Amino acid sequence: MELLADVWRWFTDPAQWQGRSSIPVHLWQHVRLSGVSMVLALVVALPVGVVLGHVRRGGVLAVNVSNIGRAVPSFALLVLAFGAFGIGTTPAYVALVALAVPPVLTNAYVGVAEVDAQIRESAVAMGMRGREVLRRIELPLAVPLIMAGVRTAAVQVVATATLADLVGGGGLGRYIILGLRTRDNVVAFGGALLVALLAVLTELLLGRAQRRLTPRGIRGDEIVVPQGSSTPRAADVPVA
Amino acid sequence: MPVFAQLYSREAWIDWSWVADNTDRLRAATWEHVALTVIAVVIGLAISLPLGVAAARWRRLYTPVISVTGLLYTIPSLALFVVLVPVTGLTRTTAEIGLVSYTLLILIRNVVAGLDGVPGDIREAATGMGYGELRRLVRVELPIALPAIMAGVRIATVTTVGLVTITALIGQGGLGTFILTGLNRDFRTPVVVGSALSVALAVVADLVLLAVQRTLTPWTRAAAT
Repeated sequence: MELLADVWRWFTDPAQWQGRSSIPVHLWQHVRLSGVSMVLALVVALPVGVVLGHVRRGGVLAVNVSNIGRAVPSFALLVLAFGAFGIGTTPAYVALVALAVPPVLTNAYVGVAEVDAQIRESAVAMGMRGREVLRRIELPLAVPLIMAGVRTAAVQVVATATLADLVGGGGLGRYIILGLRTRDNVVAFGGALLVALLAVLTELLLGRAQRRLTPRGIRGDEIVVPQGSSTPRAADVPVA
Repeated sequence: MPVFAQLYSREAWIDWSWVADNTDRLRAATWEHVALTVIAVVIGLAISLPLGVAAARWRRLYTPVISVTGLLYTIPSLALFVVLVPVTGLTRTTAEIGLVSYTLLILIRNVVAGLDGVPGDIREAATGMGYGELRRLVRVELPIALPAIMAGVRIATVTTVGLVTITALIGQGGLGTFILTGLNRDFRTPVVVGSALSVALAVVADLVLLAVQRTLTPWTRAAAT
């Protein structure tokens, strides 16, 4: 309990809230690292996943990319990027984008490719062309799964951005890493609380966005991912 | 761009003489990694099976159980480890509590999904044959749910193998130690070797578990082909 009081004192110390190494500065670094990485990953992964799903090709690749992604530890990815690009924010961005692409790509593919064939055929029978089927039928129906992938990726990116400071990338991880190095439980604990809050907030906001973006007709029920198949499915199962 | 200078610079990505000099340490760390993973998944399963069975049986439990484990899953692993340090110290226990927490959501979800997938008429047939509730669960429902449960175990295991690398930051062993050493000394070889071994471990674990699943559920093989 002594510790919690100290953490509280650390939080309320005005010195933590102004200047170049204050909490807001590190928070902003963390948010920027995560946000920019997510945008870059979406720009790369969404079109590829959606198009592959639409033409229903490359499914093995699209699904396996996230299984492979799961096997590569984010910590390893970050330090390998450091080996390649040296110290700073660059290795952090490279690692975070690489981390975010697989879940987004796989879920976009699965979401679009697994739209019920009968629905698709009726759209064609109604005279829709390929692109129209994609835009008016497949994409809206794929939204829950696509957003689940975005959510999974974003939470993972926020979590891994915590390690970015190890390679000089800044962010809230600074407090945790500094605290661990100097055996200062108060600073480490304070940093951990901030990171945890940010991750939970990300999850909640994107969860709300997911519900908002889902077409009304298919809202309400949870996304059911078929679990009977023998291979683990990437779809809604979170990736850490 | 100065950033890319590093790409062509200095040492090679792997220095085989370092690998040759450190085989014993690498072997020890690999086993430590395996042990940390196995303990986490086994404890995780021991918690998730009863909770999953209960959540499938009493629906009202499902949402709170998934919410709590989902919250645990959302908290970044390093943050969770650090929050535990004041209580359990820089110990193996801290690492395991964190690792177990991450397996729960995946495992419980799959246990419930597996049990939900048991067809109602099979359940009724078992009851009709005089099976009590417990015996029906153990002899009929769990075996049918096994492929889904094992799918969860595989995902949880692969995820845990990756997370164990982070326990190096709280002074626990495993292959993350080499990644951290390489980072601190700006020496690529330990990073590459530690990462490669961790990925290899995840792949091998996944294949072993797949083989276990096939052995335990011979009937799914006939259906698949």
